[in-house]
Amino acid sequence: MANLLKKIFLVDLFQGLCVTFRNQNPKYIYTEQYPAERPKVAERYRGAPRLNINPDNGETLCIACNLCALACPENLIVVTSVRNEETKRKELTTFTYDTSRCMFCGLCEDACPVDALELTQDFELATYTREGQIWDRQALEEGPKPTAYKC
Amino acid sequence: MPDTTFLDSTELVLNMGPQHPSTHGVLRVILKLDGEKVLGTDCVIGYLHRGVEKIAENRTFAQFNPYVDRMDYVAAVSNGLGYCLAVEKLLNIEAPPRAQAVRVVLTELNRIASHLLWLGTHALDIGAITPVFYCFREREEALKIFEQYCGARLTTHAFRIGGLQYETYDGFEKDVKAFCEMFLPKVDEYEELLTNNRIWVGRLKGVGILTADECKEYGVTGPVLRAAGVKWDLRKAQPYSGYEKYEFEIPTRENGDTYDRYIVRMQEMRQSVRIMQQAVEAIPEGPIMGKVGKVIKPAVGEAYVSLEAPKGELGYYVVSDGATQPYRVRVRPPSFVNLQALDRMVRGGLVADVVAIIGTLDIVLGEVDR
Repeated sequence: MANLLKKIFLVDLFQGLCVTFRNQNPKYIYTEQYPAERPKVAERYRGAPRLNINPDNGETLCIACNLCALACPENLIVVTSVRNEETKRKELTTFTYDTSRCMFCGLCEDACPVDALELTQDFELATYTREGQIWDRQALEEGPKPTAYKC
Repeated sequence: MPDTTFLDSTELVLNMGPQHPSTHGVLRVILKLDGEKVLGTDCVIGYLHRGVEKIAENRTFAQFNPYVDRMDYVAAVSNGLGYCLAVEKLLNIEAPPRAQAVRVVLTELNRIASHLLWLGTHALDIGAITPVFYCFREREEALKIFEQYCGARLTTHAFRIGGLQYETYDGFEKDVKAFCEMFLPKVDEYEELLTNNRIWVGRLKGVGILTADECKEYGVTGPVLRAAGVKWDLRKAQPYSGYEKYEFEIPTRENGDTYDRYIVRMQEMRQSVRIMQQAVEAIPEGPIMGKVGKVIKPAVGEAYVSLEAPKGELGYYVVSDGATQPYRVRVRPPSFVNLQALDRMVRGGLVADVVAIIGTLDIVLGEVDR
């Protein structure tokens, strides 16, 4: 009998609708107004790569040890260097990083012994060309420059 | 397949997919129909084949780790754990207790995220649009914890061979506890929406029945098996990563239909919360990385490790010939095996049931095709 009454008065459907209406409260708004309002990504976020430079003298921190290139599963990092005859040290000449093939696993970052290569919180990496996805040393040091929108 | 159909009408062959929204990816199901009745199906898979097992042979052990995340991409953490455990077994080492506890917390969190995605999309297939928004809202909270812990939301690469790469962030325990507290009432909320809803019950009860014997015959595992009444969970049967320390139940049902599989998964989410609460309370102090060299070079040998992924038994079989790269990696994906039972389940049903059954199997095509 109780079941029949429940069936006639659509109790199950109203129960569900109750949940819906409870969630209608405007304080439960989860939508982000994306380009105007950018999400705050976590501190450890693995986004665009960056080649850090020493803020004191503007020189690169990279010691051209090639460990990141060896650690990379996709072999997308190419590091070239020349040996400085005076100091007997390797000096970085070019550094290319193909972001189109990168899966942001973070292995290069872990391999880097001097914290020169780092995956940053920048996540807007779209470009108009495939060539634009291959970042050279300058692009890596400057980082991406996403357009800022105002709402 | 019967030759004659009802009233000698011609048999209709219909392609469902590969772009059909309810096939959850690129699965093509060739349906043989007599009107609305399904006489048989043929699955065409391989649209998402990337040759992951072959890729493994050309990568070092550590380098292959991020690729396993891309198989079952909604439960990447479980995949990563499976691979790491297999290589650790090969190396004869064990992750330190702290790493094990954090691993348990993250895999259970991932189980919830995976089940939430399943619930949302399954309800969407059946025709209930509301749950998907609620499920994704809560899933977002889980993904935020992943993002803060390891820097990625889906393809996490959270674990390394021998332990963990990242120490837990400040407030990790607090976040997990807050998630658990927030999440339990939400499960009740989903149940309020669906469990007694007459449309939901009408669409799911008695649809796609797979008995316990049939499950065993097909090798079906996970919630599908448990819904048929078999109390089999690898977390209990052969505990890994310290699961024997936690108290939880294995939810089972008897009928093995789509509705029971729904109930089992809902119960599983509650049990996952229970495990997480216990694990996060007792994360021991200590190192997070075991004794693993910079170059991982296991001795000649082979190891098979299977664990309870959200979708069923996930197995990794790794063979080493003593080099830095695996000689062979074989994956036993739960989705692939569970998909084999699709034909048995849809036979005699209606076209609309096919949608419900594909949804209830909880397949991820990335894992089916590998």
